Amino acid sequence: MKGVRWSLWVLAAFAALLGLFALQLSRPKNDTVESAMIGQPMPQFALPPAIEQRPGLSSADLADGTPHLVNVFASWCVPCAAEAPQLAELERRGAPIVAVAVRDRPEDLAAFFNRYGNPFSRIGADNVRTVQLLIGSSGVPETFVVDGKGVIRHQHIGEIRPEDVPDLLARLRDAKR
Amino acid sequence: MIAEFGLACLWLAASLAALQLVAASLGQRAGGETLASVVRPAAVVQALLCGVAFLMLLWVFARTDLSVLLVAENSHSEKPMIYKIAGAWGNHEGSMLLWVTIMALAGGLIALIEHRLPERTMLATLGAQAFVGLGFYAFLLFASNPFARISPAPAEGNGLNPLLQDIGLAMHPPTLYMGYVGLSIAFSFAVGALLTRNVTPDFAKVMRPWILGAWIFLTLGITAGSYWAYYELGWGGWWFWDPVENASLMPWLAATALLHSASVLASRDALRTWTIMLGVIAFSMSMIGTFLVRSGILTSVHAFAVDPTRGTFILALLAINIGGALVLFAARANTIAEGERFAPLSREGALVINNVALSAVLGIVLLGTLYPLVTEAFGVRVSVGPPYFNPVSAAFVFPMLLVLAVGPLLRWRRDRFARVKPAVIAIAAAGLVVLLAMWLIAGLALFPLLGVSLAAVVAVAAFLPLQGRSLKRLPLPVWGMAIAHFGVAVALFGMSVDTAFTVEKLSAAGVGDMVEVGPWQVRLTAVEPVAGPNWTALEGRLSASYKGGAGHMLAPQSRTFWAPPQTTSESALLTRWNGQLYTVVGGATQDGRWQLRLWWKPFVTFIWFGGLLIGLGGLLALIGRVSVDVRRRVATRRIAARRAETAR
Repeated sequence: MKGVRWSLWVLAAFAALLGLFALQLSRPKNDTVESAMIGQPMPQFALPPAIEQRPGLSSADLADGTPHLVNVFASWCVPCAAEAPQLAELERRGAPIVAVAVRDRPEDLAAFFNRYGNPFSRIGADNVRTVQLLIGSSGVPETFVVDGKGVIRHQHIGEIRPEDVPDLLARLRDAKR
Repeated sequence: MIAEFGLACLWLAASLAALQLVAASLGQRAGGETLASVVRPAAVVQALLCGVAFLMLLWVFARTDLSVLLVAENSHSEKPMIYKIAGAWGNHEGSMLLWVTIMALAGGLIALIEHRLPERTMLATLGAQAFVGLGFYAFLLFASNPFARISPAPAEGNGLNPLLQDIGLAMHPPTLYMGYVGLSIAFSFAVGALLTRNVTPDFAKVMRPWILGAWIFLTLGITAGSYWAYYELGWGGWWFWDPVENASLMPWLAATALLHSASVLASRDALRTWTIMLGVIAFSMSMIGTFLVRSGILTSVHAFAVDPTRGTFILALLAINIGGALVLFAARANTIAEGERFAPLSREGALVINNVALSAVLGIVLLGTLYPLVTEAFGVRVSVGPPYFNPVSAAFVFPMLLVLAVGPLLRWRRDRFARVKPAVIAIAAAGLVVLLAMWLIAGLALFPLLGVSLAAVVAVAAFLPLQGRSLKRLPLPVWGMAIAHFGVAVALFGMSVDTAFTVEKLSAAGVGDMVEVGPWQVRLTAVEPVAGPNWTALEGRLSASYKGGAGHMLAPQSRTFWAPPQTTSESALLTRWNGQLYTVVGGATQDGRWQLRLWWKPFVTFIWFGGLLIGLGGLLALIGRVSVDVRRRVATRRIAARRAETAR
């Protein structure tokens, strides 16, 4: 009978395993790590201008009553160039877009904007990634929807593709309420 | 038409598997001889049909028939032919067809040649084989049809993931599948033996070549996979405890334990139930591994087509096959008579310790792989990595290696310590000398220090069983054992030395700059654009000199593929007898310099040489076993012929 007893333990362990697998299968898988700052007010910060032609960006600018898109980008990042047409489209359709330029140089940024256009009304220079870390962004490009009171409502990780444009506009409209 | 023909063959093969199952079950009853006589031919024809179906898949891939969905999704007309063919199994559907095909071929082979066991047990085994096979046929036909058409056909295919466009891919999955499938045969034999309550040394002897074969393929598959990840991913590491790596390691651990316990059963008629249990566990690990990889419930660098429907299907197969076998085991285990007894200090005793340690490591790896799933069920995300796996598995592997050193010197049944004392002292002395030398001279950390010393112990001990025996008349399996155990020592040496002495240098170099890494001086002489059949690359030209010697050229690339668009690092390696220089070139920095990543990895190649030696040892043992079997067949045939002659 000893043989039977330990084989029952193996069976029980296997049943537990199956239960675990079934539970995991029944849940939708989400592998993106979201910022813990979603739903939180924007932390206090004030960034100097990244280029001469546009003012810098501070947390106070974001709590001015209108929702904004905050684009975290860099001129050295290839997907950031890929999303430029979509940002231009968003601006054309009336979305106020401000930017955080991560570890960048004015001359590189100028070249970038010459080539891809500049949809941003304000650009803060985040040379040591403080603001990027404060708002819980792990890379470039990322786009945050911030409502008129300065609360972070949504985080879009990776480049904005054409199919993401309506979604971002809808979230911006929702943020008005 | 080719795809439809392939699909038809697959359906026919599935129906033959059903016939095989029904005939094997009903043929057991009195008067079922006619039905029983159908079972072996059904298995053979099924194997042929499955083989044809797989050839049809290769054909549509070779022709890049884009009206077949699978080809359109995974191939591209501009791919080199070898990768077009390899693309047939570089995806979910094709690889499942490969699995089923190998399984059917193996089933056909045992149906054709295996006559040592009682016919009842063979019927039960072939029935079990058909049962497992049917589940996979259903999976293929209902949830992963490789021959599905797409209409209208696209003008061009999607291409194959560029990381997979490598000769490593052409060999890696088929090798692992041979291993998995060999274990499915061991599983079927175990179930057949349980059903007919016929657990004998003969059963172990019949099962052993299949375990050996599976084990050789798994060993080579893991070795090749590790080397492939090492040079293709460009991270400089050779083992990451990634869930998919663990999924191939777990069946290997179970198969290693099974191999040793089956040899106890074959030689000494002991460990009967334990061997059966391991036979069930080994294939279960293959299936659980497949499930973990294919269902997408674990996050891994190996992203296969993730599909919950398929996950559910494999989960059902898992529940039916493994659950069924375990229930059968629980019901039958106590009806199997206890085998021969043995003293704790004996060859059997050492093999039991080896088995327990291997099972413990298996449990550790399984737990570490599944732990993230358990915590995720409670809403906590964790990732388990080397800080858990390395020390915890070492705690079992190191003592096990000590037993490995002594075990082969012991006699079966019972032994006296005084008899093996001189050998044990010699082994211990070798270990201690290396331990002290490495500690005093190199000042190694604990794990590498123990690793190098144990490597010395195992290396010396591996050849001690040959002492005092005629090397010419030594059976091949004993040679195999010695070489495989020596391979363990070689691999362990490589791992320990690599861990202790690897030097890494990350730098930004301009053209003409010199970077030092370990004993190497590496100069970046140029960066040139180059183009391949479906990629363009920036190629760094490096001139590397070892301790001021002559310069060797290396050309690592940063490649950009265009179908699908993706960037990969092609590392360049320079191999010396005492290690490898590993170079990777990254992107340009802002000031016009280039990211260079260099490693000097002393004796790292020993890891894979060790793996190859282990596989070679297995191969020698397999040749030895099979040739004995063939000679026995020839002898029985000759005796039968002579009898027939004298009778006349």
